[in-house]
Amino acid sequence: MNGILTSLRLWFAPARVRDEGETPDYRFSLANERTFLAWVRTALALIGGGFAVDQFLPDLRWAWRIGLSLTLLAVGALCSLRAVNHWVRCELAMRRGEDLPVTRFPAVLSLAVGVVALIMVVVVLFGWADR
Amino acid sequence: MTSGPQPVRDPGLQPERTRLAWRRTTLSCTVAAVLAGKQALQGGPSPLGLLAVAASLLVWLAFVALAHRRMRDLSVPRPAVLTARTAWGAVACALLLTVFAVAIVR
Repeated sequence: MNGILTSLRLWFAPARVRDEGETPDYRFSLANERTFLAWVRTALALIGGGFAVDQFLPDLRWAWRIGLSLTLLAVGALCSLRAVNHWVRCELAMRRGEDLPVTRFPAVLSLAVGVVALIMVVVVLFGWADR
Repeated sequence: MTSGPQPVRDPGLQPERTRLAWRRTTLSCTVAAVLAGKQALQGGPSPLGLLAVAASLLVWLAFVALAHRRMRDLSVPRPAVLTARTAWGAVACALLLTVFAVAIVR
């Protein structure tokens, strides 16, 4: 609970990151920035996938199409929020000389993407494409 | 120019790699924005659809401006750390595209 409050405070007053610890080697910060950007691209790809499901599967039953599309969009939004949170936490850990935070998010995300892909295969294969 | 030691080029090319990462992300944002615009015009142009197209164009322009500024800042030997404002700006663009999507999905 305390951890959540701390990270929320950092979200809204991010300048505090610079008050903590020492500035790490600039190359580490750049690596952290590239990781952040890779997560943003993942989020954008999920959001693009949400648009694509809605636009390129018009024969799908309405509920399936909207459901899959909204799921992908929600996962994309979550992924982009998490990208900032992780970037701030890594930057903080590097300044304080602590270990980098470990997280289950990549595992959860890959499971979710796998499940969505499987649902799409099933939906498209089994001719629930009739409206 | 000759005063002080010349900055050593980073053999790992970290600033260059980071600049390229911003470029890739700009491309991803372009694809997402184009899909958003296409979504808005589905089933013929309507006032709301055109408004959504204009909005996603604005979001895309904001992202390009943000990325351009950061790439310019990265073209020095020892670039400063990414500011939280820039990070939030990039994420806000992704979130805004999602909001449009939810608003015009049908």
